[in-house]
Amino acid sequence: MAIVTHDADEHVAPGEIPEMELYHPKTWLGKYVFSQDAKIIAIQYACTAIAIGMVALVMSLLMRVQLGWPGAFDFIDPSAYIQLVTMHGMIMVVYLLTALFLGGFGNYLIPLMVGARDMVFPFANMLSFWIYFIAVLILVASFFVPGGASGAGWTLYPPQAILQGTPGSDGGIILMLISLALFIVGFTMGGLNYVVTILQARTRGMTLMRMPLTIWGIFMATILALLAFPALLVSAIMMLLDKLIGTSFFMPAIISMGEQLDYTGGSPILFQHLFWFFGHPEVYIVALPAFGIVSDLLSVHARKNIFGYRMMVWAIIIIGALSFVVWAHHMYVSGMNPYFGFFFATTTLIIAVPTAIKVYNWVLTLWRGNIRLNVPMLFAIGFIFTFVNGGLTGLFLGNVTIDLPLSDTMFVVAHFHMVMAVSPVLVVFGAIYHWYPKITGRMLDDTLGKFHFWVTFLGTYAIYYPMHYLGFLGVPRRYYAIEGTDFIPPSAVSLNEFISIAAIIVGVVQLVFIYNLFISYYRGKEAGSNPWEATTLEWQTADTPPKHGNFGEQLPLVYRWAYDYSVPGSERDFIPQNVAPSQVTRSVDDA
Amino acid sequence: MVFAIVLILLVIGSVVFHFLSPWYLTPLASNWSTIDDTINLTFWITGSVFVAVNLFMAFCVIKFRQKKGSRADYEPENKKLEIWLTGLTALGVAAMLAPGLYVWADFVNPPEDADVMEVIGKQWQWSYRFPGDDGMLGTVDTRHTTAENPLGMNPNDPNGQDDIIVVANDVHLPIGRPVKMLLRSQDVLHDFAVAQFRVKMDLVPGIVTYLWFTPTVLGSYDVLCEELCGIGHYNMRSHVIVDEEADYKAWLKTYPTYAQTVSGTGPASAVGVSLVEQGRQLAQSRGCVACHSVDGSASIGPGWLGLYGKTETMADGTTAVVDDAYFIESIVDPNAKVVAGYPAIMPPASFTDAEMKALIAFAKEGLGEGTN
Repeated sequence: MAIVTHDADEHVAPGEIPEMELYHPKTWLGKYVFSQDAKIIAIQYACTAIAIGMVALVMSLLMRVQLGWPGAFDFIDPSAYIQLVTMHGMIMVVYLLTALFLGGFGNYLIPLMVGARDMVFPFANMLSFWIYFIAVLILVASFFVPGGASGAGWTLYPPQAILQGTPGSDGGIILMLISLALFIVGFTMGGLNYVVTILQARTRGMTLMRMPLTIWGIFMATILALLAFPALLVSAIMMLLDKLIGTSFFMPAIISMGEQLDYTGGSPILFQHLFWFFGHPEVYIVALPAFGIVSDLLSVHARKNIFGYRMMVWAIIIIGALSFVVWAHHMYVSGMNPYFGFFFATTTLIIAVPTAIKVYNWVLTLWRGNIRLNVPMLFAIGFIFTFVNGGLTGLFLGNVTIDLPLSDTMFVVAHFHMVMAVSPVLVVFGAIYHWYPKITGRMLDDTLGKFHFWVTFLGTYAIYYPMHYLGFLGVPRRYYAIEGTDFIPPSAVSLNEFISIAAIIVGVVQLVFIYNLFISYYRGKEAGSNPWEATTLEWQTADTPPKHGNFGEQLPLVYRWAYDYSVPGSERDFIPQNVAPSQVTRSVDDA
Repeated sequence: MVFAIVLILLVIGSVVFHFLSPWYLTPLASNWSTIDDTINLTFWITGSVFVAVNLFMAFCVIKFRQKKGSRADYEPENKKLEIWLTGLTALGVAAMLAPGLYVWADFVNPPEDADVMEVIGKQWQWSYRFPGDDGMLGTVDTRHTTAENPLGMNPNDPNGQDDIIVVANDVHLPIGRPVKMLLRSQDVLHDFAVAQFRVKMDLVPGIVTYLWFTPTVLGSYDVLCEELCGIGHYNMRSHVIVDEEADYKAWLKTYPTYAQTVSGTGPASAVGVSLVEQGRQLAQSRGCVACHSVDGSASIGPGWLGLYGKTETMADGTTAVVDDAYFIESIVDPNAKVVAGYPAIMPPASFTDAEMKALIAFAKEGLGEGTN
């Protein structure tokens, strides 16, 4: 057998581990509302994110109704339609996915998986959630101000974002920008926590190269977020200044609605650079945690080590680094200097290499595995299928020439939903089915889970796969109505109708999932401490659900990497990370 | 087993859908066949990877499903395999990138002999400008823009005097001649896109951008704005009509030069056409119909069908009868009275008295008077 860095025989001497002082709440409010326990904060983050995500899901269904059956509802007028487009996008990307992966999974899993008692700055962690919560409330409030929510598109491009002619160009956009700024402040408090906890509070023996890939994904994503969000913060502040006190950061001389405005000399493209300097890493802020989590799901349920662990870690790091030099591939037809296209097309396509390696290693993990098709595994494999599709269409859009016909069409909508909506959400579902037993002590219902998987997986493919072809045809995105052209045949409207029906089915079936979350909390099968027979530390806690402080009296000592599945010579097909070499039960035939 | 079969069926279904789909690239009408070639090449490479990876995964799900007594292999890594896969992927990526960059180099360098003309976007209307006999476009500035000088021409630039101003919904281009379009916006971002030509580019206020192509097939092509530009975005449309050279020249002659728009001596248009028909054409070409439907369907502003003679309730609760005076006021000073339920977002427009008469005739006689 090849010698690898995670050699199980390497001995770790038990040492003095400075105990961290935990905050012990005395009141119910301190325990469950203003809690400083990362696990409670995680649940608060997750519930808020899922709740606002459900709102955004309903918005997407309203859009689909308009596209499938134009004019069916009077209240979806052109103005409401682009407000739906805007709010759906912004909520899903920032307030759902970012908050759920980092605030939700990050908070729950980081301390447990690295063997820490809690995050290192629990008070800042608590503030992080409450600021996020206020940001969500402000965003929701923007629906109810005069003029309604912003309809500038989730990219909020000026000049239109702050001019008449776009819905919500008064109150809506101001509240949106304030909410984003608050979100970033809150996130920074959490994000510093995640990074410092991973770097400073790992238990003895948990070297960086023994960390589960889930933690690597969340770690790298957090670093990206800490570096990328400031670009959004400054652009939000600059746009607020343009709107409120008449500066001209992004505003050139303009005639709006026949009137000369006072702006002069600003650059709308400057905003786009700032936005996408945040916006592209944002894609990986969502994707990297998903990559990490899915690696662990595959390994646990295939009973096999993740293939090429070191390569996987390096791929995460390289993708993270490259994600900062590809942003302008969102701007090939923005009117920026077209010579930039050469550079950004090259960097963008290079990023396909480490990403492809990850895909290969996932499927090679299945090779000669011992696959248990549990519900989390169904979602993990479904993710690979969807992600392969979405990743490959990225090679169309990233290649600057092909972007000319496809940019701003439904192809783009199909691509990014496949790759950064459906794919990460499949991982979110897989992860919830996987970790729910640890969080609540009970299993989620299997039958409901399988039903949920099949409808979601097949339904989303039915929505987005054909949508690419509308894009090839040239059907533009963000269009309230596509009637009246010569080149879009009536069959395109029929296809839209089909897509809308699929979308409504998928949307409604998510209620089954929510129902499952509730019913299983009370009636689910008792899970025990390690129902999936996994190796990582969160499954080795003294109590399930883990109590405040996570590990009882003694912090675990780590002797091995996170992927000792089916190790030859061991009786059981998994060896938890905290099992010393001397304690491994040898199988009979090996003795 | 079921899962693996579904995966296999999805792969087969996706490939079959690709070949049978009635929705695909529109027939090409420009020189950019190289773009289509790059797309096809990319399809072959990515399609093969899609099929290979997913079938391999389906195979694993069938073959390595947990059975009684079975156990997984222990194989942390395989350097040789990983290096091979990395190399092959890099090769595939290079095979797509190289032609892509090659074609892009073509796109960013318009041919020296390309005809230059200008496309101007404003919410939610397209206009066009052609150089006159001197072959040069005059300078412009957004701050020169008025209702009488809609394209913001510099009145003192001699090069601009003979520029041909096309404030109309359609533009004609001669077949077989490369054209470099200079793109300019007066308010927000727009994007000039024609599916059949394959190329598109944003119009950005404050700077001039460009794209180029050679129309190769006669016909009429839809122009769509493809950068979100506000409520009327989806209605910001136009047509490019590709003509024989002679027809194109004849068409161009029907439009005034800048100097003629100033002196009011443009070519007489619409001779012998009824007033109602003139109004209908104006409503089309000046973009009124982008926001005011003429068939009774819902639209951004009040629809014109049966509007004339109606009593409208304003946002401030007052009422007004739609008569000639109201109609004219609503065009030259749209925000003086805003009908309840509609946003106050209409730009003031300028029409000659004759044009205004034609518009009113169209609304009144062409679309019928309303009842209250």
